[in-house]
Amino acid sequence: MQILFRFVIGGLVVSLFAAFADVVKPKSFAGLFAAAPSVAMATLGLTIMTEGKLFVAAETRSMIFGALSLFLYAAAAIRLMMKYKLDAAPAAISALAVWMICAMGAWYVLLR
Amino acid sequence: MRVHFDISALKATKWYEYALRFLFGGAITVITGVLAGHYGSVFGGLFLAFPAIFPASATLVEKHEREKKRRAGITKTARGREAAALDARGAAIGSIGLIGFAFTVWRLAPIWNGALALFAALVVWMTLSILIWRLRRHRLFVRRGRASTASSTAISSGGH
Repeated sequence: MQILFRFVIGGLVVSLFAAFADVVKPKSFAGLFAAAPSVAMATLGLTIMTEGKLFVAAETRSMIFGALSLFLYAAAAIRLMMKYKLDAAPAAISALAVWMICAMGAWYVLLR
Repeated sequence: MRVHFDISALKATKWYEYALRFLFGGAITVITGVLAGHYGSVFGGLFLAFPAIFPASATLVEKHEREKKRRAGITKTARGREAAALDARGAAIGSIGLIGFAFTVWRLAPIWNGALALFAALVVWMTLSILIWRLRRHRLFVRRGRASTASSTAISSGGH
């Protein structure tokens, strides 16, 4: 039941941020919402209620490295699209490898 | 470039595209919760900044831009890809704001009311992202003489 609740809340919050990105112009500004803390807002709100504030603090300390990986992910996606002329979907999916390597690397070296 | 809203842009997005975003968002929220439950808060926390929205949003931006050009009779164009790259540039700026969001919750959550800490962090994300977005045109951040810059500016002015 809790999983279903998480799914619905997460879906709603992400959709809300994405819809906001649709209506805001110019495009470079709308792009800010592709890195909105939508999943974090949905997850952390529920986690505070179930696990407590210290659990949330530990999660967000790791999230700093996740966000840094997201920056490198976006940079890689830009390069794949502009230099290597890849379409958006293959570029966005291929660049996920950059996010995984950076995030897992940070976890292995600094957080573990 | 002044920030403005165009509500009619919502009509350009089809129902299954909204459904796809809902599924992505729901799935990654559940996965983050499951990972944190199984492997602990330190590992699960990384996935709070997983690029959940970007692949879908960039694909839609590219698709909508191509459809717009096709309607204008232009079939071969790089504008869709360039628009998606511009979206990615925004995401890169937003991710710096996201670091500010995470730092704020990390420091404030243990000592403040949880909801208040989340709200403060959201304000930090927004402020930091907008500030960097505005600063990006500063001469220190602009590489002169790049064709992509001119192209990006043209797309920026266009809208979805």
